[in-house]
Amino acid sequence: MLSNIAFYGAIETGLIYGLVAFGIYISFRVLDFPDLTVDGSFPLGAAVAAVLIIEGVNPWLATGAAVIAGMGAGAVTALLNVKLNILNLLASILTMIALYSVNLRIMGRPNIALLTEETVLTPWYNLDLEYHQVPVLLFTLVVLVGLVLLWRFMKSETGLAMRATGANPRMARAQGIATGAMIVLGVALSNGLVGLAGALFAQSQGAADVTMGVGVIVIGLASLIGGEAVLTPSSVVRALIACVIGAIIYRLAIALALNADFLGLQAQDLNLITAVLVTLAIVLPGVRSSVVARFTRNKA
Amino acid sequence: MANRILRTLLGTALLALATMAQADDQRVVAITQIVEHPALDAVYQGVRDELEEKGYKDGDNLRIMHESAQGNSAIASQIARKFVGEGPDVIVAIATPSAQTMAAAARKTPVVFSAVTDPVGAKLVKSLKAPGANITGVTDMLPIESHLDLLERVVPDAKRIGTVYNPGEANAVALVELLEERLAARGMELVKAAATKTSEVLGAARSLVGKADAIYLTTDNTVISAVEAVISVGERASIPVFAADTATVGRGAVAALGFDYYDHGRQTGAMVARILEGANPGDMDVESVDTLELFVNPAAAERMGITLSDDLISDAKEVVNSDQ
Repeated sequence: MLSNIAFYGAIETGLIYGLVAFGIYISFRVLDFPDLTVDGSFPLGAAVAAVLIIEGVNPWLATGAAVIAGMGAGAVTALLNVKLNILNLLASILTMIALYSVNLRIMGRPNIALLTEETVLTPWYNLDLEYHQVPVLLFTLVVLVGLVLLWRFMKSETGLAMRATGANPRMARAQGIATGAMIVLGVALSNGLVGLAGALFAQSQGAADVTMGVGVIVIGLASLIGGEAVLTPSSVVRALIACVIGAIIYRLAIALALNADFLGLQAQDLNLITAVLVTLAIVLPGVRSSVVARFTRNKA
Repeated sequence: MANRILRTLLGTALLALATMAQADDQRVVAITQIVEHPALDAVYQGVRDELEEKGYKDGDNLRIMHESAQGNSAIASQIARKFVGEGPDVIVAIATPSAQTMAAAARKTPVVFSAVTDPVGAKLVKSLKAPGANITGVTDMLPIESHLDLLERVVPDAKRIGTVYNPGEANAVALVELLEERLAARGMELVKAAATKTSEVLGAARSLVGKADAIYLTTDNTVISAVEAVISVGERASIPVFAADTATVGRGAVAALGFDYYDHGRQTGAMVARILEGANPGDMDVESVDTLELFVNPAAAERMGITLSDDLISDAKEVVNSDQ
């Protein structure tokens, strides 16, 4: 039903959103910090990378700069929360709307085309692979490196302190953990990953557009929750793998929905499908455990 | 187990259905648009109708695939991959972001873009003449000079021209930059007011009161979606509001020398038909709007404190009288 190109395209976009899901895992799950900054840091990463690339900077350096810019945006949100005591959700909304203007300033116009520029993908096209397989290969490597680094970080002393901060801030403070610093670091890290995703997305799509952040948070959450529903995240590494799997499943679902004309589904139904998918992913694990609970109770 | 068998059966049945729907001698045209919006929907309809008139009937000897990304760039990317993967005869990409995404995905499939204001700036084509690769299309770049001629004809003493635009919209920004340059050449001045969302259009329009002698609106999606807000400010403060598209005259603008996005779609459809008949997109120049029509609204003009001359009204293709 799915063509090869549509299939690889779904994997490619899924891998990029896997990075977004990593970021949302850190803020939403590890730190318990609902962070809407990502709707702004995704296009921020795209904007920074695009501007540097058209200036002739090496695309990998440009992508690195996008990560740092994303981290800066995350740090601003966290500082608004930690230093000025602004509610975390509101702090992230403030940064998000500010980033719209910042992104326009950085780009100088709403859309920067990268179609004819050299990107991180360009040298890889010389490999003996089909055109649409190249981004999948490169982004798989990026996601794997990200996954290993994050996994190691989460096991480090700082990582453990960050997890303690999210799980029980009062206890963490009692243990001498600087919880404020952990929140700043974590939200910065999270948005750095999202900035990376934005930079890669712009390079694979051929343009950075100021509107490309719309709905990133919803899709990231859908990926995170969907992945968790499929793969019970009992450890950090499983949780991270779940993020990637969830993002890819989500993209495959969209690709199938795009191909489901014969079911009577149409383009305008996609947002509804997304909402249904997210709702199901949130509700189903609960239903499953309550069913399990009922059975075990009956047996007892 | 029974569940699994059922699922397999269902899957096979659906697959069979999908294959059956595709006849052999059909040509396939895939159309993608970034978002559902009256102007972009009109382009889509125009493409369809033009193809039908040229003898390509959907469901008969033609299959039209149509998807909207609903404003979401990741979905636009997936739509692009889906279309390229199915190998249609021609892909139509409506609006700049869709066209760029399609250009990144399609290597060889012919792509015809539509409703793109600055195809060279968007790097869709290297030049407007014989673009060379697999991409060509129709640009909706406005005939700014003709619009300013009209504006000067109606309000000769206007020197400061206000406009409301969304700085986040690539097409609108390109037009506003051009407008500023052309107004300066006429010794006039552009007063800009930015609105990033439809809810900000009213405030932006109010900020023009006292600073602008007339208001000229480009084909900015955000502003046109909320154009009533600008019209109401124009009526209260007696500032005539001009539009670039004719549909806005019906909603209360004084006049527009414009084109209809439906006709724009027809023009796009004609290019698609030529490719279906064997033309090579690389040899086809990027086309611009070829039909301009004058629409006037004398009642709206009265409400904005001016009177339209009789010869202007007689020049109009259509005289709209919106009464509120």
